[in-house]
Amino acid sequence: MSELLLEARGVCKHFGGVKALTDVSLTIGRGEIYGLIGPNGAGKTTFFNCLTGLYVPDGGGFTFDGQPLQADAPQKAAVRGIARTFQNIRLFGQMTALENVMVGRHVRTRTGVLGAILRNRATREEEAAIRRRAEELLHYVGIADRAGDLARNLSYGDQRRLEIARALATEPKLLCLDEPAAGMNGAETEELKVLIQGIRKDGTTVLLIEHDVKLVMGLCDRLAVLDYGQKICEDVPAVVQKDKRVIEAYLGEVPENA
Amino acid sequence: MRHPFLHWLLRLPRHTAFLALTGGAILLALPVVAMLGGQAWVRILDLAILYVFLALGLNIVVGFAGLLDLGYIAFYAVGAYTWALLASPHFGLHLPFWVILPIGALLACLFGVLLGAPTLRLRGDYLAIVTLGFGEIIRIFLNNLNAPVNITNGPQGITLIDPVAFGAFKLSGRTELFGYTLVGPQKYYYLLLALCVLVVLINYRLQHSRIGRAWQAIREDEVAAKAVGINTRNMKLLAFAMGASFGGIAGGVYAAMQGFVSPESFSLMESIMILAMVVLGGMGHIPGVILGAVLLSILPEALRFGVVPAQQALFGKVLVDPESLRMLVFGLALVLVMRFRPQGLWPSRERKRELLAGEEGKA
Repeated sequence: MSELLLEARGVCKHFGGVKALTDVSLTIGRGEIYGLIGPNGAGKTTFFNCLTGLYVPDGGGFTFDGQPLQADAPQKAAVRGIARTFQNIRLFGQMTALENVMVGRHVRTRTGVLGAILRNRATREEEAAIRRRAEELLHYVGIADRAGDLARNLSYGDQRRLEIARALATEPKLLCLDEPAAGMNGAETEELKVLIQGIRKDGTTVLLIEHDVKLVMGLCDRLAVLDYGQKICEDVPAVVQKDKRVIEAYLGEVPENA
Repeated sequence: MRHPFLHWLLRLPRHTAFLALTGGAILLALPVVAMLGGQAWVRILDLAILYVFLALGLNIVVGFAGLLDLGYIAFYAVGAYTWALLASPHFGLHLPFWVILPIGALLACLFGVLLGAPTLRLRGDYLAIVTLGFGEIIRIFLNNLNAPVNITNGPQGITLIDPVAFGAFKLSGRTELFGYTLVGPQKYYYLLLALCVLVVLINYRLQHSRIGRAWQAIREDEVAAKAVGINTRNMKLLAFAMGASFGGIAGGVYAAMQGFVSPESFSLMESIMILAMVVLGGMGHIPGVILGAVLLSILPEALRFGVVPAQQALFGKVLVDPESLRMLVFGLALVLVMRFRPQGLWPSRERKRELLAGEEGKA
């Protein structure tokens, strides 16, 4: 494994009496595509939310890019270089596709109130750069022709792509995708796979939550499997596939004499 | 190199340039025309344009950032009282406008942050209730800060407030200009018009900037906005502070123009009026907000002028007080607009689409 990008140590999260995450530790190397899988309710999204600052973990913590991650506010995670998409797509519906991606540039740009009002040279140049980058990213994810459409009017697959473009606009070191293939047909999933591979090739580490086992097995370098909030396995896909506990978690207990 | 404004004007399509120039000419000639009907009409114009200014200030908070503020008039009151206290015989202070207006704006801004900071987690109805309370608290303070130390002079208000003056040139009283006599309200009109042009420009530029996009993102989906790294706390505070500063400036000019302030000018009803202007015209859409402000400030006055003579002609006496009729008509207008044009009278294209799509979805 290459150099370490993210290390989670003993992350715990409780909701009342429900232990959504218990002592989850894992490591993601720079340049990896890392999969997080598990049955429904296993705590995958909770882990995402802890990592991206939407939840504050009850125990444990993260080290990101060599420094501890103060994961108490989502915008801090974004500033540090962690971007995410959402399981149930959360776009800015009344803004155009282009504007959605332009909002993603917010965290890497500087124009303040005074600059915006005076619209001086620095502001105009930055604004042009934001627009240019946003157009590039729309092209990158393959929806450049929908730039002027309101996000809410895009097709489901295009909305997923737009969310990825918006996340990429924040220049993340780690891109977290929460079930990006949900609701996609076979062809769309295949295109998504190519896109994710391209993102990795261009230098962004990817953390992927996914139900589509075929996609995960074909795409990820390593996998972690969660069940009832605990990590039951972490390894390369070929090993995970044969792990007895993983099979049990997905299919139920295998009878002794089967 | 041509002047940027000229350059901009020449690059406009011909009919747009024509509209802009005629519109400008009409706006400049309005107070002269209105004067033919008497000074009262010029005052009505002044108030209308002051409301445009206020509505555009509130538009930053409500229209851009989507924060429902029912206590906006409090900032107006802060600005008005700042002017009244710093430029009247009440404390014997007579500071010039370029000192007071910034102080008023800053104080109002401070109050904006004061209101914004504890309410950051609130949205919609809950925020509306807190801001409503805030507006009332300010008014009640103004009403009662005459004892033990007399600061605001209580319900009597403050009188003999200095007018806006540029050196020896005062905006109150008459001035001869090229043989035409300009009265006070006319001069204030031009000041307010200039301020309005400025606030329109600021609104427009903010809306189409990194800041404006961040506000819109927060309005659309706060969680997603946070996830892309927008500091929603600071952005909301900024919206509150900016809206409040404009309220403060408007308040200062109002105090100077009227020469008198008292707490009763800053009632909850005023907050609701300004909010209604923003909503009625088309939230977040600058021309719509202007239209809403002009309509809602001029119509009641027109009613006042029309209703009394009409009743006297019909019944020989005044049966319905125009003030109560005003509320009746106002309420009816709001209900009708909400029923038949919920997007506002002049909405932005996006918002129109949003509501139309919503109805198709229901059908």
